[in-house]
Amino acid sequence: MGIYKWLLYVYKKLPLLAEGTLLTLELTFIAVSLGFVIGTFAGIGRLSKNKFVKTIAAIYIDFIRGTPLLVQILLVYMGLPQIIGKPIPAMLAAIVSLSINSGAYVAEIVRAGIQSIDKGQMEASRSLGMTHSQTMRYIILPQAFRRIIPPLGNEFIAMLKDSSLVSVIALEELMRKAQLVYTRDYRPFDILFAVSIIYLIMTLSISQLVRYSERRLRVNDKQ
Amino acid sequence: MTSNNGKSDAVIETIGLKKEFNGIEVLKGISVKIQKQEVVCIIGPSGSGKSTFLRCLNLLEKPTSGQIFIEGIDITSPACNIDLIRTNMGMVFQNFNLFPHMSVIENITLGPRKIKKTPLQKANQQAMILLSKVGLKEKANSYPEELSGGQKQRVAIARALAMQPKVMLFDEPTSALDPEMIGEVLDVMKSLAYEGMTMVVVTHEMGFAKEVSDRVLFIDDGLVVEDNKPELLFQNPENPRTKSFLSKVL
Ligand SMILES: Nc1ncnc2c1ncn2[C@@H]1O[C@H](COP(=O)(O)OP(=O)(O)OP(=O)(O)O)[C@@H](O)[C@H]1O
Ligand SMILES: [Mg+2]
Repeated sequence: MGIYKWLLYVYKKLPLLAEGTLLTLELTFIAVSLGFVIGTFAGIGRLSKNKFVKTIAAIYIDFIRGTPLLVQILLVYMGLPQIIGKPIPAMLAAIVSLSINSGAYVAEIVRAGIQSIDKGQMEASRSLGMTHSQTMRYIILPQAFRRIIPPLGNEFIAMLKDSSLVSVIALEELMRKAQLVYTRDYRPFDILFAVSIIYLIMTLSISQLVRYSERRLRVNDKQ
Repeated sequence: MTSNNGKSDAVIETIGLKKEFNGIEVLKGISVKIQKQEVVCIIGPSGSGKSTFLRCLNLLEKPTSGQIFIEGIDITSPACNIDLIRTNMGMVFQNFNLFPHMSVIENITLGPRKIKKTPLQKANQQAMILLSKVGLKEKANSYPEELSGGQKQRVAIARALAMQPKVMLFDEPTSALDPEMIGEVLDVMKSLAYEGMTMVVVTHEMGFAKEVSDRVLFIDDGLVVEDNKPELLFQNPENPRTKSFLSKVL
């Protein structure tokens, strides 16, 4: 098989692959964004002095990080309908499970980011008379968020790859598109190889962005 | 809870103040009164509890037992609103602890804006007055990382003053500075003292203590061993421990 034949084949599938890629990016972006919100609360909760809040946050984080994403996806898509008595659309199930999953990983990133801020910052702010939550909002979190941009980028990359798992609930993102194509054409290598390259281009571009932002932050830190 | 026990108009009074860390007693019962406009220096060997004592005064450390009255209010009482008390007590740290993501003027205006709800323009005006007082007017829009140690510490003092505190607490404000920058910070503190600010200063600068303070406390092993006017304490220490400490540092 020549490379030209392969290129021609991929070219013909390009509209399909583009659709899949778009959905993959969309899912990843939504999941990491919602995950960021969930993870910020869970990460702060994990550090709370309140035992109850702390325990809830810890259970959430440990449960999600300690179980396979595939199980979580099916738990939402197949399991939840049994409890609530009606089916859940695949798109919703995918967003919910991916976001909740991402939230747990982001929570650990946020927690580490907060803990990396010198405790003198908290003390200086509190000694002015600022409350704990004012201090978190104006002093600790702005500094922590700056520091966690690189690990958040890595989380985005991980989610981009892991989102391929929602193909099992028939959501037509990039991976699922590939499956549909090879069950019809019987040319699994050709299409899977093309899909790999698309994933690779996306992850490499994002890691370049991450590296660039890391450099920028280092420069800012020195100044 | 809010009585001053009819005793005095002391700005700060501690009674039998004790503090333990993991079962180890670091403060062993400190009773001290500090009057309005007094400048009190605290000296003593490393690890004797000076910082811990100072940090108890605004409850950055929670005392294990004993009482602390700030203007007659018992701040160790659970009913006390410590955030409100702290607005009246400025604190300056050895490591400055400026907020690195904010410019100098933002560092200074943050407290007034967020706590006192001072409008931005007025807060900025007040900040500029403070900055010229510490000689750093031209640095208003710089970021902390662009400043020298001495400049950082002067900004930190201005930041604390912006809340218009009644008391200023200093924990070794010049210990992290290169020798040539110590003077500029001490000068700011001196002018503050002469304006009548009530000050509690943990320091190794014996010259400053002699010249500026009204009283010197010598703390050793969690206790106030000697409490006297600087000229008496430095020239004629009563306690042998004070004597031996002074012989090492002077
Ligand atoms: N957060 C803490 N946890 C445990 N031990 C502490 C803590 N803070 C202080 N200590 C201990 O308490 C003792 C007194 O410390 P403190 O910092 O008050 O001493 P200091 O007189 O200020 O000393 P220095 O002159 O070195 O600053 C030391 O033995 C110190 O190790
Ligand atoms: Mg100390």
